[in-house]
Amino acid sequence: MSVDPINLLAFLGMAIVTYVTRVAGLALAGRLSLSPRAQAAFDAIPPAVLIAVIAPSALATGWAETAAAAITALAATRLPLLGVVAVGVVAVVGFRIVM
Amino acid sequence: MSTMRDDIRRGLNDIWPAAVAAAPIGLLFGAVAASKGLSPLEVFLMSIMVFAGGAQFAAIEMWASPAPVAALVFSTLLINARHVLMGASLAPKLQGFSRWQKFLGLYYMADENWALAEKRARTHRLTPAYWFAMVIPFVTGWLINSTLGAMIGAVLGDPKRLGADFAFTALFIALVAAFWKGRVTFWTVAAAGIASAVTYRLVGPPWHVAAGALCGLLAAWLAAGGEAQPATEEVKA
Repeated sequence: MSVDPINLLAFLGMAIVTYVTRVAGLALAGRLSLSPRAQAAFDAIPPAVLIAVIAPSALATGWAETAAAAITALAATRLPLLGVVAVGVVAVVGFRIVM
Repeated sequence: MSTMRDDIRRGLNDIWPAAVAAAPIGLLFGAVAASKGLSPLEVFLMSIMVFAGGAQFAAIEMWASPAPVAALVFSTLLINARHVLMGASLAPKLQGFSRWQKFLGLYYMADENWALAEKRARTHRLTPAYWFAMVIPFVTGWLINSTLGAMIGAVLGDPKRLGADFAFTALFIALVAAFWKGRVTFWTVAAAGIASAVTYRLVGPPWHVAAGALCGLLAAWLAAGGEAQPATEEVKA
């Protein structure tokens, strides 16, 4: 069981910024009024970041991954979270065999 | 009037379905973290210090040796920025909390327990007993499952063999569906995906995350322009 010091530094940095986001609301309560456009941009943060993280794996790795990502997106309109993950994993294994 | 014991029982009752749903996700997180070279102890430390599923998954996807600390912290900040709005909405409902209960309790505010607390506050006074009865088992479950996943993952070996490396991509696509809000989300996803993939090819990691995220936000801001204006007028009128 080892702990790399640089990894620990990363955990610490992640923990600090996360805690700041969690308590910042205490100071802002009742004083926060975003324009509808700013609100839309704020609401878009989670999907924008999630897609930015996976885009290389989905779009810039190979046709098997891109095809599996398309099937996964289709499944995401119908199935619960773990069902979608299962479909995606099975699809990528299948496409890697045939492509 | 609800007693402390009632509030504890109610909190446990409300959180358990979310805790059960999070269990396999915790196992998956630990297993893929192990495939990136993190030890079970490191997975435990990350989970207890950060406790933010989406940000932790994104971090593991970007993980390298040595860890790209600045990029990891920036991505974590972006993903968790939504907490500011969640906290601002929850803060006025924490009147029964002492100062230290607020600062301690909010350390582990996550999407699930925040949503349940908001729901509870609509009909009852939100008490520390209810909050901590939800949060303690939820956090404990995430710690146990992610650490256990790392132990199992270390034994399973190369995740690519089982397609497990793609589990992240699939999980994130599923999570985006949960955040779906129609046209604006479509443009967000299209802009973020293209900008990220292009940046990844031309510049390389970890810059694709910041470039993709910022283009996605810009697209959302632009796409919301047309439909947001009438909504403001309605509110004013």
